[in-house]
Amino acid sequence: MALVKNGELAASSFIDVSGAEAIPAAGPVIVSLDQWKAHRDELLKRGAELGIRLHSDQPPELVAADLPHFAVVALEFPKFRDGRAYSYARLLRERYGFKGELRAVGDVLIEQCSSCCARASTRSTCSRVRIRSRHSRPQWPISASGISRPGMAGRPPSICGSGER
Amino acid sequence: MSRSRAIQSSGNCVRNITADQYAGRAKDELADPRVYCELLRQYSFLHPEFSYLPRKFKIAVTGSPNDRAAVAVHDIGLRMHKNEQGQLGFEVLVGGGLGRTPYIAHTIRKWLAPEDLLAYVESILRVYNMQGRRDNIHKARIKIIVNQMGIDKYRELVDKDFEFTKNGALKVPDDEVERINAYFAPPQYETLDDQTQAIAKIRSGDRAFDRWMRGNVIEHKVPGYAIVNLSLKAPGKTPGDITADKMDAVADLADQYSFGEIRVTHRQNLVLVDVKQAELYELWHKLVALGLATPNLGLLTDIICCPGLDFCALANARSIPIAQDISHAFTDLDELQKIGQFTINISGCMNACGHHHVGHIGILGVDKRGEEFFQLTLGGSSDQNASLGDRLGPGLPQAEVPAAIRKIVDTYLVVRQQQERFLDTYRRVGIEPFKAAVYGEESQAA
Repeated sequence: MALVKNGELAASSFIDVSGAEAIPAAGPVIVSLDQWKAHRDELLKRGAELGIRLHSDQPPELVAADLPHFAVVALEFPKFRDGRAYSYARLLRERYGFKGELRAVGDVLIEQCSSCCARASTRSTCSRVRIRSRHSRPQWPISASGISRPGMAGRPPSICGSGER
Repeated sequence: MSRSRAIQSSGNCVRNITADQYAGRAKDELADPRVYCELLRQYSFLHPEFSYLPRKFKIAVTGSPNDRAAVAVHDIGLRMHKNEQGQLGFEVLVGGGLGRTPYIAHTIRKWLAPEDLLAYVESILRVYNMQGRRDNIHKARIKIIVNQMGIDKYRELVDKDFEFTKNGALKVPDDEVERINAYFAPPQYETLDDQTQAIAKIRSGDRAFDRWMRGNVIEHKVPGYAIVNLSLKAPGKTPGDITADKMDAVADLADQYSFGEIRVTHRQNLVLVDVKQAELYELWHKLVALGLATPNLGLLTDIICCPGLDFCALANARSIPIAQDISHAFTDLDELQKIGQFTINISGCMNACGHHHVGHIGILGVDKRGEEFFQLTLGGSSDQNASLGDRLGPGLPQAEVPAAIRKIVDTYLVVRQQQERFLDTYRRVGIEPFKAAVYGEESQAA
């Protein structure tokens, strides 16, 4: 699986161990919420950067108090049409003040890249998208540049009473 | 110039936002709802957070206390009204809908300031995005979660979110409303006087014109102008259908009489919204020649009808022949006027594209072991006092439907008081007299 950051392919220093039985002794890891709850103290003692992976039925309020411990919050899209994590990303940034890396993982389609990476001030969401091999890699940097939104930013409405658009 | 687009006409996102067919023109309107539709459209267009909701999401706005936009059967309905201080705002409704699980929306907020519109809608959407059911496509609309958790709980969650959204970037600036408003500027009206006297004189000498004026022409907010409805419900015709040639003719009439604008209504008629009162009689003659002046707007034969099994792959039964049969059974214009305001809505399956739940009489086509039957409901309405129809009894075969409608109408004419509408009579007397009229012998035998 590839990782796209701000429209470019990027390397990840984190190992996602959320599905694994054992957690490696060293190095940055991304753990599941269950692992975090079960091994909190050991994980903190490791001294390496930590990430947490939240399933789409695990809203960020479950980890709100622990956010300072995480460098990465990975939000899982079990199906591309399960859009709960978009709201979670928004809440993490705006309500919970999470400054670390937000990563979209799972069934994220190329068409959704612009939603994940929307950067307008009121719509900040994910900074990284981890993708499956469903699409060839070169498509991603292009897609991540996003879609412009007609009607915003002082442009005239696209449907209106009179005149050309 | 095309003003149409297909973006967000599908998908689990905020769909096209609708208002009523007389928006910006009706005399009973407090403000133009299209401005707020457009504001919401700009906000929701390709919205990164709300493009993968649990299910589709439909918003409607009415600027008039007389709700012609069916806002109570939308995911969010917005009703403009003034609060006790006389300030214009919105009553916000949530969780209405038709289809297989119909609900009338609940009021989630009695009055909302227009400047808070986007923030509050965002909070409704966010709660829905996070709480809405994703395990079953048939239970994923907001109406299900609102009714499962209860409106009070839903309101509590929305209010909690609104605490954060209400003073943020979504505060609607007045100048943005003004800017959008300018795009809905009215056409260059002439300064005219109302032609009440002159028209009354023509009406007294021309009964057919009088009939048409009574139902098909609506008051305009500008003196000297009128709103003209073109009925696409001529006897025996398919409701809402019009040929390309006639459409060309209507386009010419729109150019000549109504600033080139034609509106299409969800009740399957056309509207010319800016006709000079002084030209009504002339226009009427031309519409009569085109067969588009059937004086039945809002009357029993102004039927909403889905395409049904004749055209639709989802349908269980044919709806168009039912509509045609009913319109053949009620051709006497005097009788139609005597029956008064009446809606019959027909759907060929439970997806309810014909809005049968909110017809004064609703007709739903069902399939029983390969045979088409039609289930009647009574007492539905999509206006400001919206209600869902009650099931009258077992489904009827197609051939028996017109006679059943006749029996219901006859019963109504007997029990109604003064000029009471069918709907009001129904609400007063209940379903029993109508049940007895339609199923009398069988129900006694059983």
